[in-house]
Amino acid sequence: MPIPGHSRKDALPMQDVESSAPSSVRTIDIINRKLNKRYRAEKRFKRLGLAAILSSLLFLALLFISIASQGYSAFVQTYILLDIHFSRDVFDVGNLAGADYNGLVRKSLQSLFPEVRGRQEKRMLNGLISSGASFQLQKMVMSDTSIIGSTRSVWVPADDDVDMLMKGRIDRSAPEAERRLKDVQLGWIDGLRGDHRLQKKFNMIFFTGGDSREPELAGILGATMGSMYTLIVTLLLSFPVGVASAIYLEEFAPRNKWIDLIEVNINNLAAVPSIVFGLLGLAVFLNFFGLPRSAPLVGGLVLTLMTLPTIIIASRVSIQSVPPSIREAALGVGASKMQTVFHHVMPLALPGMLTGTIIGMARALGESAPLLMIGMVAFIVDPPGGFLEPATVLPVQIYLWADSPERAFVERTSAAIIVLLAFLMVMNAAAVFLRSKFERRW
Amino acid sequence: MKKSIVVGLAAALCVSGGVGVEASARDYISIVGSSTVYPFATTVAEQFGKTTRFKTPKIESTGSGGGLKLFCSGIGTAHPDIANASRRIKKSEYEQCLENGVKEIVEVKIGYDGIVLANSKNAAQMDIERKDLFLALAKSVPDPKNEGKFIDNPYQTWKDVNPALPAVKIEVLGPPPTSGTRDAFVELVMDEGCAAFPSIEAVKSTDKDMHKSICRTIREDGAYIEAGENDNLIVQKLNVNPDAYGIFGFSFLDQNTDRIQGSKIEGKSPTFEEIAAGAYPVSRPLYFYVKKAHIGTIPGMEEYLAEFTSDKAWGEEGYLTDKGLIPMPDDERLRFTDDVKSLRPLALE
Repeated sequence: MPIPGHSRKDALPMQDVESSAPSSVRTIDIINRKLNKRYRAEKRFKRLGLAAILSSLLFLALLFISIASQGYSAFVQTYILLDIHFSRDVFDVGNLAGADYNGLVRKSLQSLFPEVRGRQEKRMLNGLISSGASFQLQKMVMSDTSIIGSTRSVWVPADDDVDMLMKGRIDRSAPEAERRLKDVQLGWIDGLRGDHRLQKKFNMIFFTGGDSREPELAGILGATMGSMYTLIVTLLLSFPVGVASAIYLEEFAPRNKWIDLIEVNINNLAAVPSIVFGLLGLAVFLNFFGLPRSAPLVGGLVLTLMTLPTIIIASRVSIQSVPPSIREAALGVGASKMQTVFHHVMPLALPGMLTGTIIGMARALGESAPLLMIGMVAFIVDPPGGFLEPATVLPVQIYLWADSPERAFVERTSAAIIVLLAFLMVMNAAAVFLRSKFERRW
Repeated sequence: MKKSIVVGLAAALCVSGGVGVEASARDYISIVGSSTVYPFATTVAEQFGKTTRFKTPKIESTGSGGGLKLFCSGIGTAHPDIANASRRIKKSEYEQCLENGVKEIVEVKIGYDGIVLANSKNAAQMDIERKDLFLALAKSVPDPKNEGKFIDNPYQTWKDVNPALPAVKIEVLGPPPTSGTRDAFVELVMDEGCAAFPSIEAVKSTDKDMHKSICRTIREDGAYIEAGENDNLIVQKLNVNPDAYGIFGFSFLDQNTDRIQGSKIEGKSPTFEEIAAGAYPVSRPLYFYVKKAHIGTIPGMEEYLAEFTSDKAWGEEGYLTDKGLIPMPDDERLRFTDDVKSLRPLALE
């Protein structure tokens, strides 16, 4: 039914035209009759477009808000002030590292709460302090032995449960059996708070520490260093190789089916799922070349494969956008092909190439799937010191933390996402800046 | 001009890589394996790295199967030293090991992990038997009207399964088939539940494969939702949906006792005490496997083993229990401590 109805409507003006004298119907009348409809269609389209933008902005805002609202609290951390007496008889000059630092912490807590007796209660009291406290003291003594014998007030990190309580992420009103902190512990915490011995401070450990199983000691330095080493390898390899291939394909390559084939394959590679590059890396770099597992070098090589197509395509587009007149002028005054390309085309195309490279790097920074296959999804405490040392990267660190049972890792996961997003934003902003500052339009 | 620089750079990087490999007598322990053992192994590794002069071991979370495959791929610094597993090594894997020259393996059981069925605190605690869980989650179940015939799972609510259970739609969030937790759940709950039905047992004698597929196939009509490997996600989903139940490891329940509660299974609650006493029926042992040939060549192996098997780590009040590990009974623990000390190699019959 709708089809005949539709065609009749369309046919109406035609009949009008035929039935009346040709001179009495002017084209402008036909246009005027349809004008409103056309305006409406345009408005409708504009509104649809706007709605599309707004809804995507809304989702982006939701993402940012949820991440920021969960993650902001990880930038502060609860610390407890302890008066530590570095008693001389605890330390053996030959073996400073082996002293009982945990004992120092326990003794200091004991002096704050002398009424605590019994093994179980003491255990609960010591549970308020992070196990990292003893390592902090160890570091203090190792760097300055003169504090032995004196008493110092030291802010040590609190256990993650205390931290969660202070940040309101543990419900105090829940029945005691359902809480990780018992009533007596809440009492001690309130006591410490009353004495101003419990405070939230800027969470330096988050930026200076490697990974840890204790949320209060976990930091992103290791993952950030790993990301840096990986990206350096990726940049060093993919930028020159990518730009060289783009220049060759655009300026020197003969037009034949082999070059067409290469072009098709480069475009195909850009669309290959990244995990495939991980499998390739496992087969080629690890199994064939015998490079070490979990090394940033291998990660960088795999990510190079992944970003190369992006860089080649972007570089070719920017070379294409250099007008032929530039080349012709250069050739006209006697420059060789090589000189034309490097003295005249390259400088003009470079901003576009760099933009493509930065966008490719940003993608490589956010990638975790291919690194799974080459062993970079790993628990690594010590920040890597080179290209061959085991390392992990930021997105992998986020993945590992997101999978940890401790509740304090939830906010740390979000905080790490914030840091990663900040890096990505800086990189993308740099790309936009380069483009608007140096790109020439014709 | 530029290209030669490029080629030079690439070559330099490759060469430096190659040289690095030859020079790398690995000075840290490399561990691979189960994501369930990962939180415990990492805790020990961190403690070990901080209290000894050795580097902190590197621990990859690859899953039990993937880890054992890497572990069994050969001897030498390119291959991992230790594999964590949330199940015992399979015979096929052991043979793979032998084939690749990994002759002597030390097996260490580290403790137990409970698998819990949990829901939001805002709903009532459920007390369920494994045979009812089987009926609620299996793909095909015995036809109640016709013994010996199997039909697609018709049960929509828990009450349909057993009138004593709540009249709530069956909605269970659980791990995907790639997960070790899922394997253990199938083995400890579905298989056991299966055994309660004589009509299914009858199939076993005639058609073993069919028996296996009836017992081990989980329904795919939406009542069981595969929630990915991320157990935190399941906990969050339970929080907002009081009707849903989730299946995950005990440590996630332990960390979230103010939000979720574990269902009783056969009348036993999934608490630390019940699991440790062996009363709670759904618990599985966790293991790690050590390459004996690497002890002595990789620095710190013996010390790492000593740290892991010390009472302050895996003992009843050790730091691993804070992370949710259920320790072994004293005598079992002593036995494994001795095995580790004497490095007794595993012999699978």
